[in-house]
Amino acid sequence: MARKKRNAGEVNAGSMADIAFLLLIFFLVTTTIASDKGLAIRLPPKQDPNEPPPEVKFNERNIFKVLLNSQDAMLVEGEPMDNTDQLKEKVKEFVLNYDRNPELSESPLDAVVSFKTDRGTGYEKFIEVYDELKGAYYEIYAAELGITAELVRNINDAEPSVQDRYDELRKKIPMQISIAEPSKTGGN
Amino acid sequence: MSKFKKKTSASQEIPTSALPDIIFMLLFFFMVTTVLRETDLLVLQRIPKAEQLSKLEKKSLVSYIYIGQPKETDRYGSEPKIQVNDVLIEPEGIVQFVNQEKDKLSEAERDQITMAMKVDKEAKMGIVSDVQQELRNANALKVLYTSVPEANVQM
Repeated sequence: MARKKRNAGEVNAGSMADIAFLLLIFFLVTTTIASDKGLAIRLPPKQDPNEPPPEVKFNERNIFKVLLNSQDAMLVEGEPMDNTDQLKEKVKEFVLNYDRNPELSESPLDAVVSFKTDRGTGYEKFIEVYDELKGAYYEIYAAELGITAELVRNINDAEPSVQDRYDELRKKIPMQISIAEPSKTGGN
Repeated sequence: MSKFKKKTSASQEIPTSALPDIIFMLLFFFMVTTVLRETDLLVLQRIPKAEQLSKLEKKSLVSYIYIGQPKETDRYGSEPKIQVNDVLIEPEGIVQFVNQEKDKLSEAERDQITMAMKVDKEAKMGIVSDVQQELRNANALKVLYTSVPEANVQM
């Protein structure tokens, strides 16, 4: 009677991998890696109450006015504009005028884009317009540097030579978008 | 000649016994590195879309301010409110909040603090600008309007 030796005490580990895979896939799917992207902006520093606000001397021609009212209607340089399609082009034309057209800016250094909203303006519309304004500047930089606007926005990971040229360019064509305090219409 | 038939003793199978361990390692890695949202959102957050996005560089310097319509409208009303760290506050509380956040940072990084404003689409600019005025008072001048990338149609 040759007795068979039985292999006892072994757990079937083959399905362990499947279980682990299931868990892994679950985690992969449910994980949202918090990636924060957004429109960066630098607020002006607080005014010293003891000092009068600085005198601002601006030619009318050097200011590109964008107004948004509480009905989300847009007024660009005094003319109503229904959608933001042409805004970018207008801003580019205004900034890169170099004293050609007497209506537009004298030089990119003087050019200021003034963006004013009401208290009742919807935030979504505000972002849409601000996005276009920033986009115009980024496209100007991109055209000057000969790279895509995408690259300009993530310039921090670019090579140093491009970075230096970009810094030079920012000195020549500063991104001057001023967000004015909203007027007290249509909001609380 | 079957007497000299060579036996191939090398099996053609890859040992899979280590596979579960590898997968478990991956799993643990993900479990450990996953950051669950630690704040309970009390306000609606429908983030607007935009194209000209820039990334945040250092996570440690970022604090979040949520603005939107409260989810529990019967308790808080339907006007947009400001939320920081699990509580709804009035704009006057922003300065205190910023100072709390600044205290967590080292001396050198204090003025580098970035406020990520997560604002609901439906919110009005009024409340947003109130918060901004308070941020100016608190000397936290770097602000990021959090938005999600939109599908880029033009190249």
